[in-house]
Amino acid sequence: LAATVGILDIDLCGPSIPRMLSVGRPDVHQCDLGWVPVYTDAEKSLALMSIGFLLDDPDDAVVWRGPKKTALIGQFVSDVAWGELDVLLVDTPPGTSDEHLAVLENLKKHKVDGAILVTTPQAVSTGDVRREITFCKKTGLRILGIVENMSGFACPHCSECTNIFSKGGGEDLAKLTGSVFLGSVPLDPLLSASIEEGKDFIQSFPHSPTFSAITSISHTLLNSLQAA
Amino acid sequence: MNTPQSAYCPGTQSEKAGKSTACQGCPNQTLCASGATKAPDPAIAEIGVKLSTVKHKILVLSGKGGVGKSTFSAHLAHALASDINKEVAVLDIDICGPSIPRIMGLEGEQVHQSGSGWSPVYVEDNLAVMSIGFLLSSPDDAVIWRGPKKNGMIKQFLRDVDWGQLDYLIVDTPPGTSDEHLSIVQYLSATHIDGAVIITTPQEVSLQDVRKEIRFCQKVKLPIIGVVENMSGFVCPKCKNTSQIFPATSGGAERMCSDLNLPLLGKIPLDPRIGRSCDEGRSFFNEVPDSPATKAYHSIVQSEYKYKNPYGTYQGCEFSNS
Repeated sequence: LAATVGILDIDLCGPSIPRMLSVGRPDVHQCDLGWVPVYTDAEKSLALMSIGFLLDDPDDAVVWRGPKKTALIGQFVSDVAWGELDVLLVDTPPGTSDEHLAVLENLKKHKVDGAILVTTPQAVSTGDVRREITFCKKTGLRILGIVENMSGFACPHCSECTNIFSKGGGEDLAKLTGSVFLGSVPLDPLLSASIEEGKDFIQSFPHSPTFSAITSISHTLLNSLQAA
Repeated sequence: MNTPQSAYCPGTQSEKAGKSTACQGCPNQTLCASGATKAPDPAIAEIGVKLSTVKHKILVLSGKGGVGKSTFSAHLAHALASDINKEVAVLDIDICGPSIPRIMGLEGEQVHQSGSGWSPVYVEDNLAVMSIGFLLSSPDDAVIWRGPKKNGMIKQFLRDVDWGQLDYLIVDTPPGTSDEHLSIVQYLSATHIDGAVIITTPQEVSLQDVRKEIRFCQKVKLPIIGVVENMSGFVCPKCKNTSQIFPATSGGAERMCSDLNLPLLGKIPLDPRIGRSCDEGRSFFNEVPDSPATKAYHSIVQSEYKYKNPYGTYQGCEFSNS
């Protein structure tokens, strides 16, 4: 499936998308239709926008209160020339506050398919995600499903699996809240290393169980989006 | 930043408040332009008085989410409270994701009011906790608040809780450099804050955000006690080999601290029993006293103690036996 995808990174205090997608520190230019997103390659199949591209110094802190964050997120939604996209993914910071309200308000006039909720297996994590589920229900945001990340670690030396962050919480949460469980992604140092260096994990490690887990989740999601 | 300056609210405290082109049409424009929003909040002085009975205040910060701030805050509090002569409290200002009640075994507890204010909830006789978690009636309740409401809650926590005489107040924060962080520093500005402990994991993706947090501390003149590298390696319980699950591709906290001339207080390894203890609301030190992670915490607490008491000797705490 060769879709054109956009990623809008609205984590203004901790924008990780630029590094993870290895686009360095490009300038963001304006065109007649607005700001031009940053493309990861010449084919323009993946378009990005993040505050990370707007900072002169990558270590600069964005020390903004809610109203300023809300205003920039509004611009990111309305003033970026995304062009024709099959899917726009919005990466958010943790919480149920200004950023989350801002992006939903600005996307109101467009169709929002729904939200994917990511948790780790432990109760301390699912405890917060329960509240995020309530946020979705209260704002009328459809929950596409729950992903359990960091779900077990297979030792590369002896293959013993250790549930470092406990086990099963994602699936339990899905059952408890009547949501779809999309799948689990294991803890994988190869994935962490790939993300660090902005490499495409799927290209680098196509035989990895992590790859199968992520692919399976993507297929389930796409089927769900097409069925709706 | 090369975003158009006129496009957004400059902030009520800014010099341009009420005067920027973005202010036109805003219902608060006249108020901001009059300077009223820049006047100091009287609560700051009140909090200064209220917290004069708190000897040491430590903020636990990180730019990054999920690195273990709440776990660290809770266990730092347990470690300090293992000296029964010390009075310790934890203030949880993560308004949207309050984890401290669960981690400290206080889920379902409620806050009571008395003549002298809100009473915090006690874990031990000398260890008190306050969190918005105690004000929510259901674990599904979401706190869908914008900045100003969160700030108001933080103000109340500082001004209206009957903290009493405390040796240590540890403040657990959400990730970021936003309302909660600005507010806690602002509302504590009439008191002395010992400083911040910054938590990171080893990867650059985490350090990248942590450097921003460090800049924030520098901007608001908050001293940095030091940095803790959490989730620093995992020893397989079967074959005992170490894996770097979150690889330190850019040298980890060690290199960052060296570059920025900050103390590295310690490194805490991954241990599945830590997560389990937190989920069950128990002190990890009591559950697993022999873990390398317990030893790492002990060493970190000693380093912090030295920071605050350069001429003293650490009196606590074989805290595995408390």
